[in-house]
Amino acid sequence: MIRLTHDPIDYHALTEAVRAPHCGAVALFLGTVRDLTGQHVTVCLDYEAYGPMAEKKLAEIEAEVRRRWPVGDVAMVHRLGRLAVGEVSVAVAVSCPHRAEAFDACRFAVDTLKELVPIWKRENAPDGTGEWVHQSAKPG
Amino acid sequence: MRFKAEQENFTRGQFHIRVLLFARARELHGDQFAWVPIASRPTVAQLRALLAEQIPALDSLLQVSRIAVNQDFADDAQVIKSGDEVAVIPPVSGG
Repeated sequence: MIRLTHDPIDYHALTEAVRAPHCGAVALFLGTVRDLTGQHVTVCLDYEAYGPMAEKKLAEIEAEVRRRWPVGDVAMVHRLGRLAVGEVSVAVAVSCPHRAEAFDACRFAVDTLKELVPIWKRENAPDGTGEWVHQSAKPG
Repeated sequence: MRFKAEQENFTRGQFHIRVLLFARARELHGDQFAWVPIASRPTVAQLRALLAEQIPALDSLLQVSRIAVNQDFADDAQVIKSGDEVAVIPPVSGG
């Protein structure tokens, strides 16, 4: 299951949704809004997506996770809009028969999401200024 | 010089490609869409050059951005066809 949402992410429900009798392991990753990036204080983030492409890329990542690992179920949700410090911006839950594969699959899903899915964050400082985070050095 | 001539030919074309812009690219242009006059079936590289020429503010960000065609990342040699959905994808920062 993949989803983009402007509403708070119910990560408890998400975790429950991937549980299965044959899966002895559930890995959950939460990305949350951090108050400090280096020296920069952040009061909130704005997330923007190229929605249709983001959903397509998320679906491709889900399919790849299922292809590589014996996944019971996988759920990936990304929040959009304005988020305050501490709020959950992304949640990835994966169930597998054993923990090693659950950890690996969850990590792959998060890492690939951050590399490929067209979603951007803007960091807003206490003085009202903001800057889009476009950090990758090279296209590719 | 040959490249410059090609650009001039493209700008005389009657077609416009609508390019989707996001995040800082959208803010730099002041609009979600850029309309690029272009000959039929340009490559992604040709589109990049025209975008940078038409909207100089986008030039440096374009150099680190990917181009998506029909919601997939495209390489510079890919040919853009009529009706394709084209977007500038600045370095992503989801998560």
